[in-house]
Amino acid sequence: MTRETLDRRIRHLLDEILLLDSMVEQSISASVVALKSRDMEAARRVYAGDQQINSRRFALENETMVVLATQQPIMAHDLRLLASILEITGELERIGDYGKGIAKIALILGDQPPVKPLIDLPRMAAIGVEMLHKAISAFVSGDADAARAIPVMDDQVDQLYNDVYHELVQIMIQDPRTIDRANYLMWAAHNLERMADRVTNICERTIYLVTGELKEVQPTDDEFLARHP
Amino acid sequence: MNHPASTVTTIARPQTHTLESAEQYAIEARNLSIYYGDFRAVKDVNLQIQKQKITAIIGPSGCGKSTMLRSFNRMNELVPTAWAEGEVLYHGQNLYAPDVDPVEVRRRIGMVFQKPNPFPKSIYENIAWGARINGFKGNMDDLVEESLRDAALWDEVHDKLDQSGLSLSGGQQQRLCIARAISIKPDIILMDEPASALDPIATLKIEELMRELVQNYTIIVVTHNMQQAARVSDFTAFFTMDEDRAGYLKEFGHTEQIFTNPKDKVTEDYITGRFG
Repeated sequence: MTRETLDRRIRHLLDEILLLDSMVEQSISASVVALKSRDMEAARRVYAGDQQINSRRFALENETMVVLATQQPIMAHDLRLLASILEITGELERIGDYGKGIAKIALILGDQPPVKPLIDLPRMAAIGVEMLHKAISAFVSGDADAARAIPVMDDQVDQLYNDVYHELVQIMIQDPRTIDRANYLMWAAHNLERMADRVTNICERTIYLVTGELKEVQPTDDEFLARHP
Repeated sequence: MNHPASTVTTIARPQTHTLESAEQYAIEARNLSIYYGDFRAVKDVNLQIQKQKITAIIGPSGCGKSTMLRSFNRMNELVPTAWAEGEVLYHGQNLYAPDVDPVEVRRRIGMVFQKPNPFPKSIYENIAWGARINGFKGNMDDLVEESLRDAALWDEVHDKLDQSGLSLSGGQQQRLCIARAISIKPDIILMDEPASALDPIATLKIEELMRELVQNYTIIVVTHNMQQAARVSDFTAFFTMDEDRAGYLKEFGHTEQIFTNPKDKVTEDYITGRFG
């Protein structure tokens, strides 16, 4: 019974992380659906809904600061957990911004003719959302092994991003009138690619939480550097 | 201290629930100053204590925290030179009015001290004795068990109720004192550094117990330990000293606000360890 207050407040913070995460997952999924189906109303909802994500993030950040100040969890696992929560709320908010960005692109493109059917973008979003869901679950349950297994999925997202990139470049070369629209789609794909990177950051926090070790799970690609001397 | 008049009346308990719930504050100091002889130890305090909340009083040594706490149940009167100016309102009645019985005040507003002070009697008698003196006529075994359970001590002592209260550890003794205080069903419990003589684990147990008790009681706690005030309280009153060494209330607010964003620079300097 010695630390019921702190444990109760930590449980509440983790519940809030789950809630924030579900809002962010929804934002990403809905933004890509809106882009694909050219549903302006849905895009508008995602765009406007980002405000709720931001205020929830601020509330969670503030609550974490209050727990730090009043409960002083300044040791070991408790400290790592609270510090990680601050980091992860920031990552979640940024991912929410990517959803908002894609919704904005859906609104800008409006009912202009599509440059191509959107197949890979929804795939990237689905993988990204699955990665995010697993990453937050691993964090909340303190499962470092699960967290280590997630960043591998980023390779699929990177591959799809490369495919989308090359495909769009081809389309632009063939018909320069598509450059503007294709470029917007490139940005949407870039947002999804960045999302997966941020999920990797969340996984790093889970590993840090459990082991106390701060290190990258996807180290710098030396082969890439060798190819670009 | 205002001298009690020769005719003593008791404080009327509120007659209806309406009255009870209509009262926002458990107790309230109005323009209260407390003197020891010529020396003004606490000056012009206006402080409203919320019902069924924990209010912590913090501040540097000598700022009048304990004096302030003891003013809430007229405990200062036990110091011969002490006297008060202003009012302490409890259920709308000034506790310092001449017809108020200080013994009755202390029955309604109990106190737990820094050093655990069980009677040199059995654990059972530590509860039963005070209840008997206060005219308790019900089932004593039940009262003892209920009080010890409410003080989170029952599981540790139920099979040795006839042993001396002094045979317990410091933390257990303090919980026994809390059990004793709540056995006579006070409204308010004053705690003067209740954990400062205890080890960290026993301290946390007392803090968690306070969080349990506050569901039924109003608690005012004086503590030197700012972290404890931050952990345990709902409201925090920060006292400091003027040049004339008189303590006064510098800032009062929700604990979360005081410890994350105090309005006053002096409060900030104190809670961040720059003075005191």
